[in-house]
Amino acid sequence: MSDVVLSVQGLKAYYMTRHFGVQREVRAVDGIDFEVRRNEIYGLAGESSSGKTTLIKTIAAAWKPPLQIVAGTVRFSFAPDILRCKPDELARLRWKHLAIIVQGSMSVLNPVRRIRESFVDFAFRHLGVARAAFDQRVAAHLARVRLDPGIVDAYPHELSGGMRQRVTIALATICRPEFVIADEPTTALDVLVQKDVLDMMREVQREIGSSMLLVTHDLGVHAHVADRMGIMYAGRLVEEAPTAELFRAPRHPYTAHLVASLPRIGDRTARKPLEGTPPNLAAPPAGCRFHPRCPLAMDRCRTEVPPMQVVAPQHRVACFAVRT
Amino acid sequence: MNSAPLLDVDRVSKVFTRGGLLSRERIRAVDDLSFRLEAGRPEIFSIIGESGSGKSTLAKMILHIEKPSDGRLSFRGTDVSHIHGRSARLAFMAQVQPIFQNPFEAFNPLKPLDHYLFMTARRFNGAPDEAAALRMADSALLQVGLSLAEVRGRYPHELSGGQLQRVAVARALIPRPKLIVADEPVSMVDASLRMAIVNLFKTLRDDFGITIVYITHDLATADYISDRLIIMQRGRVVEAGDARTVLADPQHPYSRSLKGAVLLPDALAPAATPAATPT
Repeated sequence: MSDVVLSVQGLKAYYMTRHFGVQREVRAVDGIDFEVRRNEIYGLAGESSSGKTTLIKTIAAAWKPPLQIVAGTVRFSFAPDILRCKPDELARLRWKHLAIIVQGSMSVLNPVRRIRESFVDFAFRHLGVARAAFDQRVAAHLARVRLDPGIVDAYPHELSGGMRQRVTIALATICRPEFVIADEPTTALDVLVQKDVLDMMREVQREIGSSMLLVTHDLGVHAHVADRMGIMYAGRLVEEAPTAELFRAPRHPYTAHLVASLPRIGDRTARKPLEGTPPNLAAPPAGCRFHPRCPLAMDRCRTEVPPMQVVAPQHRVACFAVRT
Repeated sequence: MNSAPLLDVDRVSKVFTRGGLLSRERIRAVDDLSFRLEAGRPEIFSIIGESGSGKSTLAKMILHIEKPSDGRLSFRGTDVSHIHGRSARLAFMAQVQPIFQNPFEAFNPLKPLDHYLFMTARRFNGAPDEAAALRMADSALLQVGLSLAEVRGRYPHELSGGQLQRVAVARALIPRPKLIVADEPVSMVDASLRMAIVNLFKTLRDDFGITIVYITHDLATADYISDRLIIMQRGRVVEAGDARTVLADPQHPYSRSLKGAVLLPDALAPAATPAATPT
């Protein structure tokens, strides 16, 4: 299918450390398959230490030891095998084809350089236009994220958190990349600003027609902008479905719990907490990694890893208790 | 003194000044704020607002960490600013306990967790010896669904955020407080564990008769647990009252925009449709 922009297959990435001869292996990403299509926002949800960030690092080919790719491929429409790209090939791909929006906007923007200079640093060589034309492009693009073009003369600390996050979104999208990875883009923002920034992000994504991988633990954010969603638990994908369907009819017990425990205004029915804690990825449980906390666990779940199976169009679940 | 309210916040303000002699700037973090928590009627009282609305400054004043610039804050009839000296301070702290946002920062990473529980037991409850402190720590941990056997000798990094936050609640319970001030207690906790903490607050209110001041920016959990609430904007209360009534139909424009910003799957049918329509 030519419509697929990113295809991840059988990806395994482990942190391998060796201290005093003792080998330790943390299986942060352990066998993940999924695809992201053109012009869609794919939401990836999971708790802390479920392997979300490791997955992004791998997809963006930004991993370094002790993280190692053990198996699998990451294929982009513009880079057939990004895991084997050489550094100079990666440098050409980044920002032009593949951009990242990260959580802490302060750590992306150089504190001693004006916003204008940050744009030059990131994007000038990729756009290949004269400086005057470049400045015009920057001004037009800032207007698109609803910022006054005058802020190019400001330093990052002179802007509010919401404005800075808009600047990083503008930076990530000015080269019209085919693929944008957004890692917790609104977690550091206030509630009122968060919604504005999300709406704006979606608008820009639609306008430039790129695909986006949106990673956050906040299901409300996914509900607001994602087209399709994947739920990660302990390094594996457990369920994937169109967003509306996932919230309406979750099939995996973990997803069902997450959706049921969402507090909603005006609904005070008691929510049952999930017993136990997320597993330690250095010594994950055998079989399905959710089985120690699962209300539906069977003998089979303790020994076999449930494969992802299709239960409805575009809806995949990894659970033995779910009938197809 | 039985008729005195548990906590009476009477026209309290806090002003911070910034800058030197020439460019002095005065920031009213909390501006003329009043509310009252009755004794003998435990409740969960929520303070809602964005960052910069003054909610943490208010929490610090209740905990006697900051002094109000104006107004009176009294706890069971005594003016909090009149608390001087070690014994009066300890007596106050035993009754008003804090729970902080980030459990990973609230505990010293170099010390085992039980150390804190024992220190709290010795300092506030006057536990005469190790055995008594141990008993107090164990019973407090049992109340939050943990036990001393699980926690003993373990360090903060060995526990998950949810477990750690429950240890923080257990620590706050040891002195048998009347009031707990919880500043964003679940914003750093994972979704599958968040409800365990929130439900725990309900248990504290219903079974232990503890009044809880729950500070948050999350309207959804506030609606789930609180009895009364106030909504703050730039240091001032813009709306106050019964939690259900206020959140079902907020009157002030700021409260409305806060409710409008809550991202929920149900309210978002249009955004949740597949993006097949190219524009």
